[in-house]
Amino acid sequence: MTNAARIPVARPVMEAVDLAQSYNVSRGLMAKPATVKAVAGISFALAPRSTLAVVGESGSGKSTLARMLTMIETPGTGALLIDDVDVAGIDAKTRRRYRGEVQMIFQNPYGSLNPRQTIGNAIEEPLLVNTKLSAAERRERAIDMMQRVGLRPEHHGRYPHMFSGGQRQRIAIARALVLRPKILVLDEPVSALDVSVRAQVLNLLVELQESLGVAYVFVSHDLGVVRHMADEVMVMYLGRAVEHGPRDAIFDDPKHPYTRALMSATPVADPEAKKERIVLEGELPSPFDPPTGCAFNPRCPLAFERCRHEAPPLELKAGRLVACWAVE
Amino acid sequence: MSLLSIRNLSVTFATGRGPFRAVDKVDLDVATGELVAIVGESGSGKSVAMLAVMGLLPWTATVTADRLSFDGKDLLALSPRERRKIIGRDLAMIFQEPMSSLNPCFTVGFQLREAMAAHLDLDKAARQARAIELLELVGIPEPERRLKAFPHQLSGGMSQRVMIAMALACRPKLIIADEPTTALDVTIQAQILDLLLRLQKDSGVGLVLITHDMGVVAETAQRVCVHYAGQQVEMQPTRGLFRDPHHPYTSALLAALPERASGRILPSIPGVVPGLADRPAGCLFSPRCRFATQTCRTIPPPRAGAELGYALCHTPLVEGHPRGLKKLEVPA
Repeated sequence: MTNAARIPVARPVMEAVDLAQSYNVSRGLMAKPATVKAVAGISFALAPRSTLAVVGESGSGKSTLARMLTMIETPGTGALLIDDVDVAGIDAKTRRRYRGEVQMIFQNPYGSLNPRQTIGNAIEEPLLVNTKLSAAERRERAIDMMQRVGLRPEHHGRYPHMFSGGQRQRIAIARALVLRPKILVLDEPVSALDVSVRAQVLNLLVELQESLGVAYVFVSHDLGVVRHMADEVMVMYLGRAVEHGPRDAIFDDPKHPYTRALMSATPVADPEAKKERIVLEGELPSPFDPPTGCAFNPRCPLAFERCRHEAPPLELKAGRLVACWAVE
Repeated sequence: MSLLSIRNLSVTFATGRGPFRAVDKVDLDVATGELVAIVGESGSGKSVAMLAVMGLLPWTATVTADRLSFDGKDLLALSPRERRKIIGRDLAMIFQEPMSSLNPCFTVGFQLREAMAAHLDLDKAARQARAIELLELVGIPEPERRLKAFPHQLSGGMSQRVMIAMALACRPKLIIADEPTTALDVTIQAQILDLLLRLQKDSGVGLVLITHDMGVVAETAQRVCVHYAGQQVEMQPTRGLFRDPHHPYTSALLAALPERASGRILPSIPGVVPGLADRPAGCLFSPRCRFATQTCRTIPPPRAGAELGYALCHTPLVEGHPRGLKKLEVPA
């Protein structure tokens, strides 16, 4: 799969071409180390000021993908283009320059802030490391960013324990955006937050995207949030994209049987809604021993003989990319 | 007759900074075969209220209630020894984190048989047979082999099935499930919810489902209690609650769900749940309520009648507008 299927985008800020990552995992003293393909060939192009949502359950490889996009990990194979430069293959010094372009927000706002660092210092730290600004300029930039995310300037000298979960996520957002990155990777940014606070943070993310023009890669398992935020949706299963396309195409008419099952399994907050209920049997197969053929075939209600032997390619069908033999 | 009947349940914790009322005058009735959901955000006291029913709170907690009866027995009047005979047998609980609720040092089978040894008059062979039967009931393949497995050898979904099997072991009359699917993936969540609903239908147990997920509530519960900052602010049959919420908090909570929103910007609730230090004098929701009046800020609200969902509000909403006030044009 060198000419990986992709949805064309005019001037992408980020392009992933066949990104893959595998890990060698030791399985005890005597056993041979096993190779786990955490991500097996993901491609996409991200337009400026747009949101790509990556959806999948635990073990689908979405967090590994997020780590590769933020250059925390070097991809095993494949290319990651930022402004048409492949940052996967370049030397550390040049890569450093591109690190500022991609920032990340983590899931747990309690674990991602240093409890012994004031939030002002936390927000200024990226500037200290990556720029030559003076202390006064850094402080000014940090306070400007704090105000943009809805924090008050007097919060500058306070410590993380003095803030609620929602406010901490605002701090994390300010810290990620203070370098003015072009791309923000958000790994389950609101799943640790309560409903009322979640709405505040989602609104903030929408506003910041409009005012700063940053593109989002939004990793989430919550389809309600994804539908609200995304322009494009990629559904992952066991390290591969099974369906990828415009949000409305995916939500209004999902084609891949896994996408359909995922949507039918998501509870809808409307007791009068009538919906098709597909309850998948079994669980995600072990990544040590993935099934032959299509990775989804042991749980798929549509699986037939071909699915058990031959992995379906990601192909353009019905206005989106989908990897399934059963979809026409 | 209701199986579980609670009137005016309050729980106060002694903290370093003075007493903190985590549960404030909560009422609840659950009948045999009924599924009642308790929803609320973190800190709303929904778990603490049910832990008080189970008698699982630490010594720093003071539990008071006008009535706390289960199956005709007054739980507050029972001695701890008598109470323990009921807890785990007739009244069982399923906890949120299946991975950390099972003891990592013992096999699944040991933990499953332990409750039976304590409560049921079964010999060893009969307990083993019942354990196998239970794992089959909750849909675990190869039950005999799984009984010898340790918790770390099971996935999250499997662990939660084991927790459900443990809760069912002594054929309880009421199960309290505290966020039983929150730690699980959606497709596994659907399996576990289906399992709980099937078991509840087949065996007719009462089920109290504690959750923060309005989607789960909509798809499972017959009746819903909404908790906010320790108080029960509304109670209604599920359909009515989603169609016409009477408390402004319920209404705002439903409006803040992305799947119910129409625009790009969600109608969020400003501010946060009040903590120990900043409890308002009147209605606890008044600082965040868009309908709040001067009365709301100073006088604690009365409880409305059944037709208004027992809403704890001075001006309960009807079709989205405060009753008693002139129809407002509310800014969106």
